[in-house]
Amino acid sequence: MATETLTGAQALIRSLELLGVDTVFGLPGGAILPTYDPLMDSKKLRHILVRHEQGAGHAAEGYAAASGRLGVCIATSGPGATNLVTAIADAHMDSVPMLAITGQVNSFSIGTDAFQEADIVGITMPITKHSFLVTRAEDIPGVVAAAYEIATTGRPGPVLIDFAKDAQNGKFEFSWPPKIDLPGFRPITDPHGKQVQAAAELILKSHKPILYVGGGVIRADASKELLALAELLHAPVTTTLMARGAFPDSHPQHLGMPGMHGTVPAVTALQKSDLLITLGARFDDRVTGDIKSFAKGAKVIHVDIDPAEIGKIRHADVPIVGDAKVVILMLIAELKAQMKDSKPDYEDWWVFLNGLKERYPLGYNETEDGKLSPQYVIQRIGELSGPEAIFAAGVGQHQMWSAQFIKYERPNSWLNSGGLGTMGYAVPAAMGAKVAQPDRLVWAIDGDGCFQMTNQELATCTINNIPIKVAIINNSSLGMVRQWQTLFYNSRYSNTDLNTGTDTIMVPDFVKLGEAYGCLAIRVEKIEEVDAAIKLAMETNDRPVVIDFIVGRDAMVWPMVPSGISNDAVQYARDAAPIWDGDE
Amino acid sequence: MSTQHLLSLLVENKPGILTRVAALFARRGYNIESLAVGTTEIEGVSRITVVVSLDGQPLEQVTKQLNKLINVLKIVELEEETSVARDHMLIKVRTDSSTRSQVLEAVTLFRARVIDVVSDAVVIEVTGNAAKCQAFLKVLEPFGIKELVQSGAIAVSRGSKSMSEKVIR
Ligand SMILES: Cc1cc2nc3c(=O)[nH]c(=O)nc-3n(C[C@H](O)[C@H](O)[C@H](O)COP(=O)(O)OP(=O)(O)OC[C@H]3O[C@@H](n4cnc5c(N)ncnc54)[C@H](O)[C@@H]3O)c2cc1C
Ligand SMILES: Cc1ncc(C[n+]2csc(CCOP(=O)(O)OP(=O)(O)O)c2C)c(N)n1
Ligand SMILES: [Mg+2]
Repeated sequence: MATETLTGAQALIRSLELLGVDTVFGLPGGAILPTYDPLMDSKKLRHILVRHEQGAGHAAEGYAAASGRLGVCIATSGPGATNLVTAIADAHMDSVPMLAITGQVNSFSIGTDAFQEADIVGITMPITKHSFLVTRAEDIPGVVAAAYEIATTGRPGPVLIDFAKDAQNGKFEFSWPPKIDLPGFRPITDPHGKQVQAAAELILKSHKPILYVGGGVIRADASKELLALAELLHAPVTTTLMARGAFPDSHPQHLGMPGMHGTVPAVTALQKSDLLITLGARFDDRVTGDIKSFAKGAKVIHVDIDPAEIGKIRHADVPIVGDAKVVILMLIAELKAQMKDSKPDYEDWWVFLNGLKERYPLGYNETEDGKLSPQYVIQRIGELSGPEAIFAAGVGQHQMWSAQFIKYERPNSWLNSGGLGTMGYAVPAAMGAKVAQPDRLVWAIDGDGCFQMTNQELATCTINNIPIKVAIINNSSLGMVRQWQTLFYNSRYSNTDLNTGTDTIMVPDFVKLGEAYGCLAIRVEKIEEVDAAIKLAMETNDRPVVIDFIVGRDAMVWPMVPSGISNDAVQYARDAAPIWDGDE
Repeated sequence: MSTQHLLSLLVENKPGILTRVAALFARRGYNIESLAVGTTEIEGVSRITVVVSLDGQPLEQVTKQLNKLINVLKIVELEEETSVARDHMLIKVRTDSSTRSQVLEAVTLFRARVIDVVSDAVVIEVTGNAAKCQAFLKVLEPFGIKELVQSGAIAVSRGSKSMSEKVIR
């Protein structure tokens, strides 16, 4: 094989190129400087200089979530590396394929508390799928290829590689492809035929099944297969917060999102079901509520590529380890064989479910202070932007409303931080998504609180010509926390006022802030201005746009199941539990 | 009620592997009773023997999580009936002219060995399964145990099969 003498740093860049990486988000410093030098000459790698390493991490996540490809971020040792930690933890929780590259002090200085030394491999052990410390240049191609393989295969997740400075500077004979030596890494993608058969039998025996669809279906790129399965069975579908868009919202079989802020039909269908057909979902407590009373009468088919998820929270009657796409295709074939010409009859089930859908649609009340309804603003953004747009949310009320009131028709259009709930995700994730999918319209729907955590990446967007649109749902407060204070702490608002609303001192003024970053920035306070503002944002593509939507602060997210309580107690609105007919 | 289980892990001998394994037990809320690590018949492969006590949590969850560690090659639970397990102890016992012979008698009975003697103490080495070692300690206790060091349990299955057989190399 032909070889070439390269430095470790050159080998790192070359390896990334050869793996098909086209974009990296990062910020340099001493320990990673050797790598930034050859990076400057790369024709295949676009480096986007962020303003904070957390932004690089979330941008890599947004890039990955929008495109299904590996997201890459780079930071220097010490504080650069620790600034990545939140984004790495976020990617770990939400199964995002991500590669984090960090510089490290020279290998001979490791352990001496050298300048900007931090044990980032140690720090990130519990929040990465795997991590490597590289101290020799010749190990670089093999480690980078192995990291790529680990991050993108099986259950996706973040992998960190820490490169000692002398490994970046050392020279060696580079050749490609390297040998990948991972004897302990054997993800299972093909399920047991017997289990699939058992699943089909259970499905055809059930009377009240529901497809409980999770983020794994999006990671598996299995939306089409899911649609075919759902239509074959004519069974209802619910999509978790992480799975919004895995099944079209416009489809009559879709009941909406389950869980704490799920729809009454979805929450109730799970509770009353006799069979959960669980596809790439992990029985998160935000979905199940009190686990002992969750879907008590249901048997469980659990499909997941990670064996550790099966039986972790809820016993599975039919456990299936495998890739969701492969499993669904096999299940369809098996069902067709078992069904012959008959179709399962879920008529009574649908009568019940359709009754729920009719009586308890998603809705909201107008605000009492005359300010804009946040739900209305978000709904209009969704309607005017259409199904091809990408929506990245922060964390809080605006996130829940974005999950509820925007209608998702395709996967990889809804990006958010579900497992970790990281405020500050939206702006950098939207930036990463826009870089990955430049032809799609990308919105960051952000809270006034979240926006203040990572808005500096607007500078990155303006300078690198990444025209995202930011809708700040400005309720002048840490709204989600305030909602809990309203409901559970006697409306005692301890430290949730942000003073960003029009009747406050408005620090900061988001319009001025947006303008300072070179964005088109406007404020919207009246319902008549909403559509025009959204359209203006959609037409403006020579710079990012910031719209400061001043909304009522007392709006609340409904429905709601209070934390730790049985899902039977879902509240449709304040003090309004659904009324059950005697016959259910 | 807590139950004890003995796990044998074959792992790649990579930096940090012990930290990864130990931290995983801690993070998932499992208690390690003892732990022993050493190299094996295969180069680059180490074996970790862990005794874990469970308070009602399923053992399966921790073995599945351990299996996700990239450097873990194989995990088996060794059951008492089909395996042999040994603990190793060094015990410093107080003795004087009136008690020494009784201590030495106990040493013979338990097939332990005396490895150091001074006028007021002896150092005893004993190997055996956990029950034998505990019984031996009970016998020595009245004389006064000045110091006790013990290795974690190490264990191997009975019969000719080897744990590393199916580990791809
Ligand atoms: C403020 C707030 C409120 C929230 N409220 C809700 C709520 O009301 N409802 C709700 O649903 N969530 C809610 N969440 C999100 C919640 O915390 C969890 O993040 C979410 O429910 C988990 O989604 P999931 O079960 O789809 O699993 P994910 O976290 O998406 O996990 C995906 C699963 O799929 C598996 N997988 C990955 N790839 C594949 C593959 N190729 N094939 C098969 N399986 C695969 C993985 O192993 C994993 O088990 C909220 C979060 C926040 C921050
Ligand atoms: C980094 C971080 N800190 C704190 C929290 C707790 N938290 C969850 S939602 C929320 C309020 C977010 O406020 P804002 O961005 O204005 O959104 P709103 O709920 O008002 O829509 C807070 C503080 C969090 N999720 N993440
Ligand atoms: Mg707010």
